[in-house]
Amino acid sequence: MFSSFMVNAWIVATLVAIVGGAIGFFIVLRGSAFIAHAIPNGAFAGAAGATLVGASTLLGLGTFAVLGALAISLLGRRGRRDVATALALVFMLGLGSLFLSFGVGYANSAFSLLFGEVLGISTSQLLPTIALSALSLLVLAMMWRPLLLASVLPESAQVRNPFRLELAFLLLVALATTMTVPVVGTTLIFSLMIGPAAAARLLSARPTTALVLSISIALVIVWSAIALSYETYWPIGFFVGAASISVFMLARAWSRIQTAMASVRRISHGQKLGYESNVS
Amino acid sequence: MSAPALQVESVTVELGGRRILDEISFKLPPGGLTGLIGSNGAGKTTLMRVILGQLTPTRGHVQIPGADRRRSVGYVPQKFLLDPDMPLRGRDLVALGLDGHRLGLPRPDRVRREHVAEMLAAVGAESFADTRVGRLSGGEQQRILIAHALVSRPPLLLLDEPLANLDLRSAREVVDLLATIAREQRLSVLLSAHEMNALLPAMDRVVYLADGRAACGPADEVVRSDVLTRLYGHPVEVLRVHGRVIVVAGDSDEAEPSHPHHHHAEAF
Repeated sequence: MFSSFMVNAWIVATLVAIVGGAIGFFIVLRGSAFIAHAIPNGAFAGAAGATLVGASTLLGLGTFAVLGALAISLLGRRGRRDVATALALVFMLGLGSLFLSFGVGYANSAFSLLFGEVLGISTSQLLPTIALSALSLLVLAMMWRPLLLASVLPESAQVRNPFRLELAFLLLVALATTMTVPVVGTTLIFSLMIGPAAAARLLSARPTTALVLSISIALVIVWSAIALSYETYWPIGFFVGAASISVFMLARAWSRIQTAMASVRRISHGQKLGYESNVS
Repeated sequence: MSAPALQVESVTVELGGRRILDEISFKLPPGGLTGLIGSNGAGKTTLMRVILGQLTPTRGHVQIPGADRRRSVGYVPQKFLLDPDMPLRGRDLVALGLDGHRLGLPRPDRVRREHVAEMLAAVGAESFADTRVGRLSGGEQQRILIAHALVSRPPLLLLDEPLANLDLRSAREVVDLLATIAREQRLSVLLSAHEMNALLPAMDRVVYLADGRAACGPADEVVRSDVLTRLYGHPVEVLRVHGRVIVVAGDSDEAEPSHPHHHHAEAF
């Protein structure tokens, strides 16, 4: 499991988990889950196009992810964001099907783009992934406070911050998509961006703690998915998806128990002080 | 007299051929609570957007002391939707009022922490400062947002319909709080409302908007039948009943039949 060709898989998957968990924090906070679905799936068309003309997959993914982000931002500026996102997504998917119909013998790599091939990461993929993760994390750290404010109180943030954080954030999602898709695939990057962040926010009321938890959960999910995939030969995506929803459901149960216990404490405290209580 | 906290000079706004604001002029001295009163569609939100610098008026201008308008005006928006599961405490939101525009990660800072705690105490929010903001009541959220807007110590605070979704008791508490802060910190507060009775006891001044025009001054000099009749352009009567003010459209044969305020009473 830790042989030399697996080392690349561990390194890349670790980076993907850190970036996915961190960006996912904002995706869930802003309620932009649909965008986290649309940009990676639209970028898939770019990869198909790149293969067709013999360019690098990463370049195709990056170009389409950025174009998708720009389209969503432009179309959604005045009007409904979900409609703009849906239209950008279907147009890019349509292009993807066109590119696929031109190509021959592409089915195999299409499958790995959709569902990932973390176990087959080559050393040449390593450097771009490291560079893109470093860049994503740096930009995210820079934007942390303005983006947090803009996600929570958009009207108030608009008064204080004239620059277009919205667009910057979409481009960040595009950047993360580009590096993540070849590893976990377009369909699975989604669960890695949503599941850990959605669970983390239920476990802590502090933004920085929730961010650290989101990254940690993503790491645990990806590492165990690799190990299980290696042992069972089942696709890694299955394990990532299953672990994401399990962690979220556990966090939700924990949060419910906490809330119930807090109200029980309040009631018994009230009884001790001699207040009336509705609970018999 | 020191420089005004806000000076609005002949501001006219035309949007799509319609005149929303018509030659609005008024001045707010430093310190004090001013109500921006008017029914829906009178131009309150448009005037707020001009003062905040989000909308450039067709004519006229707004003067606010201080080089950076973003730093010298605190703002509490009308609409905010705080998700109950959002990982953010009241304390965190107030801290963002201090440095939410700064780039980079925040470093732990004792001065910043104390500053936030002081502001939370000033708005009476200490007891719920560590609860998720999305799970607080409307009145509690309003207090946190006021602290968020004030923590950077701007000389002017704007609130867009802060009482709209509050029950009577919370509304009175928020008004009292604003009046106290305005007095103690020499802060000029301008808050918009379509209902003026909750504000009457605490308000130092009123800017009364009707059909894009404004009348300004102390409430007992503005909220009068003759002044409002001139402002609306048709007979209006101000009734005082049990300490409450009610503005009623008067009997007016000469008023245009299409006038929106004709034939119905507006209770304030």
